[in-house]
Amino acid sequence: MAVDLKLYTPARVALGRRGTSLPTAELLQFDLDHARARDAVQAELDPSSLPFPHLLVASRAPDRRTFLLRPDLGRQLATPLPAYPCDAVIVLADGLSALAAHRHGPPLLALLEAALTGWRLGPTIVARQARVALGDPIGHQLGASLCLMLIGERPGLTSPDSLGAYLTWDPRPGRTDAERNCVSNIRPEGLPYEAAAALILALMRAARLRQLTGVTLKADADAPALPPSRSDS
Amino acid sequence: MNLLELLAASSPLRSGDVLAGVAASSSEQRIRARMALAEVPLKRFLAEPPIPYESDDVTRLICDSHDSAAFAPISSLCVGEFRDWLLEATPTQLESIAPGLTPEMVAAVSKLMRNQDLILVASRRRVVTRFRTTIGLPGRLSTRLQPNHPADDPRGIAASILDGLTLDSGDACIGINPATDSVQSTVTLLRLIEEIRLRLDAPVQSCVLAHVTTQMQALLAGAPVDLIFQSIGGTEATNQSFGISLSMLDEAHHMASERHPGANVMYFETGQGSALSANAHHGIDQQTTEARAYAVARRYSPLLVNTVVGFIGPEYLADGKQIIRAGLEDHFCGKLLGLPMGCDICYTNHAEADSNDMDLLMTALTAAGCNYIMGIPGADDIMLHYQSTSFHDALYLRQLFQLRPAPEFEAWLSRRPSLLDSSWLLT
Repeated sequence: MAVDLKLYTPARVALGRRGTSLPTAELLQFDLDHARARDAVQAELDPSSLPFPHLLVASRAPDRRTFLLRPDLGRQLATPLPAYPCDAVIVLADGLSALAAHRHGPPLLALLEAALTGWRLGPTIVARQARVALGDPIGHQLGASLCLMLIGERPGLTSPDSLGAYLTWDPRPGRTDAERNCVSNIRPEGLPYEAAAALILALMRAARLRQLTGVTLKADADAPALPPSRSDS
Repeated sequence: MNLLELLAASSPLRSGDVLAGVAASSSEQRIRARMALAEVPLKRFLAEPPIPYESDDVTRLICDSHDSAAFAPISSLCVGEFRDWLLEATPTQLESIAPGLTPEMVAAVSKLMRNQDLILVASRRRVVTRFRTTIGLPGRLSTRLQPNHPADDPRGIAASILDGLTLDSGDACIGINPATDSVQSTVTLLRLIEEIRLRLDAPVQSCVLAHVTTQMQALLAGAPVDLIFQSIGGTEATNQSFGISLSMLDEAHHMASERHPGANVMYFETGQGSALSANAHHGIDQQTTEARAYAVARRYSPLLVNTVVGFIGPEYLADGKQIIRAGLEDHFCGKLLGLPMGCDICYTNHAEADSNDMDLLMTALTAAGCNYIMGIPGADDIMLHYQSTSFHDALYLRQLFQLRPAPEFEAWLSRRPSLLDSSWLLT
């Protein structure tokens, strides 16, 4: 009795072969998954469809193509913000998948805001053509103690809509990735909303207590809260 | 223009050089730069290292290890003449000058070469290495079986390994990128591969691509370490950003060599753009910096070296055309410097590239004599979120070019047990 390898991994195992090549159905399934990931990268954020009040800002990357080729521009804020001193500002950004921001931003935001009683929150910011580090000038100009950036991650072949959460204490331009904490792969098939919110909230409380974020901050001993390993989102 | 600017302006267009502000400002300027570069004597690269000797240990490594006797036959040539020389050189000549070449010399000449030149010259330069298998022989194409899993689940990884072995993959190594860089998971995964190797009596070597210090700790903890892996770059500051130093690599190489006397025991990965990404490029173009990483690799007589050519993203290599060119350059430069070059032929979903571009690059690299490529289930790495080459891709190449796996592995395939009855692995 042969083992069915597909039971043990989501990897594309046991695909079969025609000659030495892929069967047609598997070839087309791969192309469909790639097309979905490509569409997610190219998709534009549509702020008007977001069901919560927000302040819209943009980076200095004028369009999607420039955004992809010039990560430096995606980290610079084109929209000036007024001072609004607060304990934390939450930013929802397109990053590399506007699809992720649209699908998972609103439900995650609702969970977080309901739990953040006792925090003075700044205006919820929605950011277009944004890299993670765009949260630094946003938080700095407002005067926020902590910036929570919810941003679309680099789409995988079977995860075009993964949302990432990046926390930065005392945000200001020039912060490095080592000074942030990251909760990754937020989506129902990955890290579900409730679990993600719990992790993010634990990190936010720990950050406020210790007045820092980064490699030395842990939500607790077992939490999978890692410093970001890729700087491309 | 100084030598650094001339090299950068001569590079074929790529987004990373534009991002760094070192690319030629026009198409004409690029070709004028190449014409000027063709007139530069090779000796000038020895006299003018792109980063000062005092401030960079990779520069010191390049200068101190230069073999002037090996350099002698080409010492009077300019870069353009060197291209002509290479196109007529025999395999023996190519091998004998290797210790006399610096990364800057091979990067410079590659900038004057068409893709077909890069393929033709590299195809004459075989570099053969050995562990349990012999890799890089003429008529052979090997694969690194890459069975990654997003949670490092041993059963999921075992399933991908079995799938790969069933499709004749894994003769370069079975190499897992762990999702978590910890000694515990490194030990667990190394034991998993070791168990499979012993139970199936398969001539393979294992690697868990954690940080080099994690692998050394795993070795000290008694894990069955075969190859020791590390990502490396072409400047001291890039390597610092990876958390490594040459002395650390020296120590790792020493430990692994003691465990496996006589074998090539190191595995390195590189890739254009890593220096710029770490803000550690010193104004050098990304292809020249990449070639400098090969000087680091060369110090350790590695079993495997591959560029991960399209992994880093479109801000460094924007599209299929740029990825294909970079893959051919990296393979050529590594081979000329004497490295057993393979290639992770890959792209991300935010680059303007797809599997058709990868088909062309894998076909061209196999024509160029590439030692090995990756073997990943369905070309889809579900942990690192990028697309590389599949088990099927390697079978396509072996069929098209009439190539075979490493001889020891080929012999094992003829007596291979029915792997999918090995349900003991999955319990």
